[in-house]
Amino acid sequence: MATVAVTAERENYLNQEYGIRSWLLTTDHKRIALLYLASITFFFFVGGFFALLIRLELLTPAGDLVQADTYNKLFSMHGQVMIFFFLIPSIPAVLGNFLVPLMIGAKDLAFPRINLLSWYLYIIAGTIYVHCIVTGGVDTGWTFYTPFSTAFSNTRVIEAGIAIFIAGFSSILTGLNFVVTIHRMRAPGMTWSRLPLFIWAMYATSIIQLLGTPVLAITLLLVVFERAFNLGIFDPTRGGDPLLFQHLFWFYSHPAVYIMILPAMAVESEVVACFTRKRIFGYNFVAMSSIAIAVFGFLVWAHHMFTAGISLYSALIFSILSYLVAVPSAIKVFNWTATMYKGSISFTTPMLYAFGFIGLFTMGGLTGLFLAALGIDVHVHDTYFVIAHFHYIMVGGAVMGYLGGLHFWWPKISGRMYPEGWGRLAALLVFAGFNLTFFPQFILGYMGMPRRYWQYPPEFQVLNVLSTAGSTILAVGYVLPMIYFLWSMRYGKIANDNPWDAAGLEWKTSSPPPTFNFEEAPEVTWEAYNYDEIPAPAEVPVER
Amino acid sequence: MSDSPIAVEQHGPELRHHFVDAEQQRDAASLGMWLFLATEIMFFGGMFLAYLIYRYAYYNEFAAGSRSIDIWLGTINTAVLICSSLTVALGVRAAQMGKRRLLVTLLLITIVLGLVFLGIKGVEWYQKFEEHHVPGTSFNASDLEKPPYSHGEIDQRHEQIYFSLYFAMTGLHALHMIIGVGIFIFLTYYAWKGRYSPKYYTPVEIGGLYWHFVDIVWIYLFPLLYLIDRKPLR
Amino acid sequence: MFDNFPLWPIRASTGAGNVDALFIFLLALSGLMCAAIFVMILVFATKYRRRRGVEAEQIEGSSALEITWSVIPLGIFMVIFAWGAVIYFHERTPPRAASEVYVVAKQWMWKLQHQEGAREINELHVPVGRDVKLIMTSQDVIHSFYVPAFRIKQDVLPGRYTTAWFRATRPGVYHLFCSQYCGTMHSGMIGQVTVMEPAQYEAWLSGGGTAGSLAASGDSLFQQLGCSTCHRSDAQGRGPNLVGLFGHPVHLEDGRTVTADENYIRQCILSPHTNIPSGFKPIMPIFQGLVSEEQLTALVAYIKSLSPPPAGGQGGVSLAPKPQYPKE
Repeated sequence: MATVAVTAERENYLNQEYGIRSWLLTTDHKRIALLYLASITFFFFVGGFFALLIRLELLTPAGDLVQADTYNKLFSMHGQVMIFFFLIPSIPAVLGNFLVPLMIGAKDLAFPRINLLSWYLYIIAGTIYVHCIVTGGVDTGWTFYTPFSTAFSNTRVIEAGIAIFIAGFSSILTGLNFVVTIHRMRAPGMTWSRLPLFIWAMYATSIIQLLGTPVLAITLLLVVFERAFNLGIFDPTRGGDPLLFQHLFWFYSHPAVYIMILPAMAVESEVVACFTRKRIFGYNFVAMSSIAIAVFGFLVWAHHMFTAGISLYSALIFSILSYLVAVPSAIKVFNWTATMYKGSISFTTPMLYAFGFIGLFTMGGLTGLFLAALGIDVHVHDTYFVIAHFHYIMVGGAVMGYLGGLHFWWPKISGRMYPEGWGRLAALLVFAGFNLTFFPQFILGYMGMPRRYWQYPPEFQVLNVLSTAGSTILAVGYVLPMIYFLWSMRYGKIANDNPWDAAGLEWKTSSPPPTFNFEEAPEVTWEAYNYDEIPAPAEVPVER
Repeated sequence: MSDSPIAVEQHGPELRHHFVDAEQQRDAASLGMWLFLATEIMFFGGMFLAYLIYRYAYYNEFAAGSRSIDIWLGTINTAVLICSSLTVALGVRAAQMGKRRLLVTLLLITIVLGLVFLGIKGVEWYQKFEEHHVPGTSFNASDLEKPPYSHGEIDQRHEQIYFSLYFAMTGLHALHMIIGVGIFIFLTYYAWKGRYSPKYYTPVEIGGLYWHFVDIVWIYLFPLLYLIDRKPLR
Repeated sequence: MFDNFPLWPIRASTGAGNVDALFIFLLALSGLMCAAIFVMILVFATKYRRRRGVEAEQIEGSSALEITWSVIPLGIFMVIFAWGAVIYFHERTPPRAASEVYVVAKQWMWKLQHQEGAREINELHVPVGRDVKLIMTSQDVIHSFYVPAFRIKQDVLPGRYTTAWFRATRPGVYHLFCSQYCGTMHSGMIGQVTVMEPAQYEAWLSGGGTAGSLAASGDSLFQQLGCSTCHRSDAQGRGPNLVGLFGHPVHLEDGRTVTADENYIRQCILSPHTNIPSGFKPIMPIFQGLVSEEQLTALVAYIKSLSPPPAGGQGGVSLAPKPQYPKE
């Protein structure tokens, strides 16, 4: 066995207490992060399973694998599970929960019990949703458009709506915890301008979670009431307005995409800084761009509605605002690239994910420019072009950010190193599989293949087959880390406090950290990313 | 964190140990509650938006519906809530001054006022139920008075939207009141047990903030729902 | 270019070229941006890979660079916005003399009706070179009328009319898709648009034994339902005179002034009490639930026919004689 410790194992948050009660009743932010890790991984594979079935059905033009109604449920639940039960919590609830107190030098989040409540709300929501899946599912699309969802669908809309409503409160409480923690619990000397960019981005994310999610909550509640009590708020045959639903829904759901991408940008800054051994170029601009994205993100929702019947003038306003929100994201990409100039770059697994992130996020972001152009959007709205666009950002961007972050902080979280060779292989498989899956979909979309189509005209088949082939490679790339992370918890090389020689308070404590994070309360007298003061590692930081 | 005898200052059992000191804990709690109230504003905001849009579109029906709900009960309820906010504010002050019995009394009065509000709300809802103004299959608002100066008939479908929003908004508000009453029951119990003192009364303060917020939501709901068009009918 | 390229949709309308032009511009721009970034990263990754003894150079940043790479992209974005906006404006402004086709969508089929009376299901025949305006509504949930070859798409909503327009430029058969998820057979709610030479189109039109033009069937409904009792063309009627009404402003009792368009007419029929013209009493019966969508479109077409056609046309070669408007 390769895991004999050199010295007696120090007390840390993992071994301080054993037993299921110590986990299920914990208020330690680090343990809660792991509780979330397990739960969201479960939902990732549920959503991924639905995706595989979708891609299998789309191998042939005819609807021959599942029935039409089943297919409609598959894409609806794929979307809802991936967005509400995987992506929205992922980085904030796992990496954010674990790292925010550590990075600012605090002993825990401001409200540890609310943190645990947040996880329980997520679990309750998840259980209700799983029940919804196994008792028939929901087929409204992840967007619940009325009047289909309120008056025509025969599936378990109310149950799905309630589950997501509850999950929303989990998200709100996490955001609330982070904002208060970052404001009130920074260690002495940790001024706002010394904060890691990860914290800036998590802060911006939390603001969006706080202010946006309640609107989704009330919207879903109104849909549930309408369906349950036969109201007519969104039903035109009863004097209601279906567009009102769309405005309310997208008012949250657009900022929601920034909840999903900002944390990945948070990770990106930390990883790029460490593996170029440099302070991020343009720290102030990168920090402010996170805030700008959060603010502007609230002003563009109706760009999802250009063909919905809104007025010409509304459309003009939302189009121009959508171009404004693109600028801060572009700034980040330029700054990360500039950071590499005259850096000292190593190609560890997290850094491979970081390279992939820049490439794929750039492509996804550029296609956003296409969609914001009114004349183009009319043609590509509700086609595979949109699907490709958002998957480039949410999978090529957010999920790669999440995986890169998991790998980067794995030694801190578990005290072990993952196997680097396998890590790099998985990163490459994910990158290759992802592009093969989703690039053909841009072409499909422009050619005119609408989304949410169970069957399609034969001329679209070749591209669909390519896409499905890619998805199998992508699946392998996702399964590998699951296996080797678990393996590493028992057999991985033991990590020291700072295996990457990275800057940041979290690396100044042991791997894994003690329950109260620091042996002694830190006092910060240095700037963020002080890589000029940290000696470069004597050799390549990881052994093969 | 190991116990460092030098750093431990005098603090009560209420200091949670992830905080550096009581002041940090108090600041955190306060900021937390304000942020939570901001989320509540967004939550109610969605419904207020729906209300605004439909009121503009279906003014007649909204006016007729507004006339049909009991303005006296609504006014009494408004007075009840305002008084309860007074008792809450006085209660916070009592806690600040360490007056335990006064605090407990004021908290109890607040609870009673809250229950009075809920009771009156229940009566109002029951009235609507009897008049068949509850949205759903048995909805029938043909008994609504149409003032002579208005234009056109009352459209039942539009009227139903008024009442849908009426029940959704007052219902959500009432739910928040119930939660508020629950919180205050806990506060009263702990106050009676002597947990609060001039050095530590944060729960009373932030509980009070929540109560004030629920009160303010009602201050907006009342004119919007009850006072749309109360010109005397000729 | 790209006409027979298998990965590019056919261009079959006057608008398609404009959309494709902007798209190609954006492709080129994106390609350039991606190439620039990828090449830079590749160069940096190679040139600045970690080597023993070589340390990273700490560079704080550069305000000049930040401003440059904020302002220049913003400028480019504004150009793209303006270009896209111009195309969109054109897409959403049907020419005034366009011939009209009424569309009723329902789960899961398209019902179309030409002014001349021809009815189609899941098919639309149009002549080359004529402006065609679609006036659409749904009987149930939200659908969306999408013809990739024309680069047009418009959601079709229950409870109101939405419009789209195109001018086909080449004969052929093109896909029609529903592109707003609408339930079980959303992916089966497809059809085809057949663009024909004008002579062939006239032949096709007269081929079907139709029940007369849309406006004519609206006329007979108008009599049948008793509308003509109150809506007379002299000043004696209890209801407003509808001749010359369509397209003109109407002053309402409550002080508003609205334009009498398709949605206005439809609302007046379904909920007359919401739009009482000034000087009239609110006595018109409510027809909600008493007329079907198809009957509504016929009535709307009839009332439109009572107004003179819009003066002149906007470009658009119209090879068929203009539709005749029945005399009152």
